[in-house]
Amino acid sequence: MKTVRWSIPLAIFVVLVGFLWVGLGRDPREVPSPLIGKPAPSFALPQIHSDKPLSTAELTGKVYLLNVWASWCVSCRVEHPLLLQLAQAKIVPVYGLDYKDNPDDGRAWLAQNGDPYTSSIVDLDGRVGIDYGVYGVPETFVIDRSGIVRYKQIGPLSVESLQQKILPLVRELQK
Amino acid sequence: MRLACGVALLVLALSAAATKMDIPADAGFDVRLKKLESELRCLVCQNQTLADSNASLAEDLRREVRELASSGKDDDEIRAYLVARYGDFVLYDPPLKRTTWLLWGGPFALLAGGAALWWIILRRRERFGKLAPPIADSGAEARGRALLDESGAP
Repeated sequence: MKTVRWSIPLAIFVVLVGFLWVGLGRDPREVPSPLIGKPAPSFALPQIHSDKPLSTAELTGKVYLLNVWASWCVSCRVEHPLLLQLAQAKIVPVYGLDYKDNPDDGRAWLAQNGDPYTSSIVDLDGRVGIDYGVYGVPETFVIDRSGIVRYKQIGPLSVESLQQKILPLVRELQK
Repeated sequence: MRLACGVALLVLALSAAATKMDIPADAGFDVRLKKLESELRCLVCQNQTLADSNASLAEDLRREVRELASSGKDDDEIRAYLVARYGDFVLYDPPLKRTTWLLWGGPFALLAGGAALWWIILRRRERFGKLAPPIADSGAEARGRALLDESGAP
């Protein structure tokens, strides 16, 4: 009887600590995207290096990353070297979405920091960003051959996120 | 250069379009938008409503909500539009479904658990109270009274 009396609060306490422990490790800013498993919202936007629009229709049939960036975005500079390495390794094409940015500023930024993108499209008023549920730049989407969003990284890419999540997923999708 | 001019023109045209956007001069419409926006969460500053937030995304979303509303969409359709992009998190009043039952049911489960515990404790106390034997040792009682008298009357 005595052990039962002690074990109940103890069990409640352990469960509570478990919840809090998991909560400590989670980032409240990472809101799960409802787009995962759904078709990537379509767009047809001018490219940063040419006026010719690029549309989602031209991108179906290949696995690609869509990286949301902007010249005003500070943490984009953190992930930029990784994107350059990724482009150099030619594992997967990376398309850019220059989000709510002056295209001149965007071009200057790419000239200064290097351009890892197969192509970047310009989303002047942030409409396409809203369709993709963008709320914090940078964000990176993994999109499969049939144009389905498979993964969304919120915030800058890191070596861990690339090695543990994105690249294995890309290899899986490219099979 | 031509490209830059073109872009500049485009920006000008867009900003002109934005300022000239036909806004129904209807107070009821504004009240309705205000109410709808105060039920939606801003994703940048997560504890502010769309109506209160000054984040640029909130501005864009308010513009989007206004345009959807002027094009005749009702509140539920506008909510669905935002949920499809940002998830249930944008709603301050999330729907009851498999992933949210703990959120909705949790407080009631805790309340029920607390009430059950309270009831058990009360019952046990009552039972033990009844079973507690009267003080049988009259000697001890007498000694106790003597001590009380001693300290009470100097």
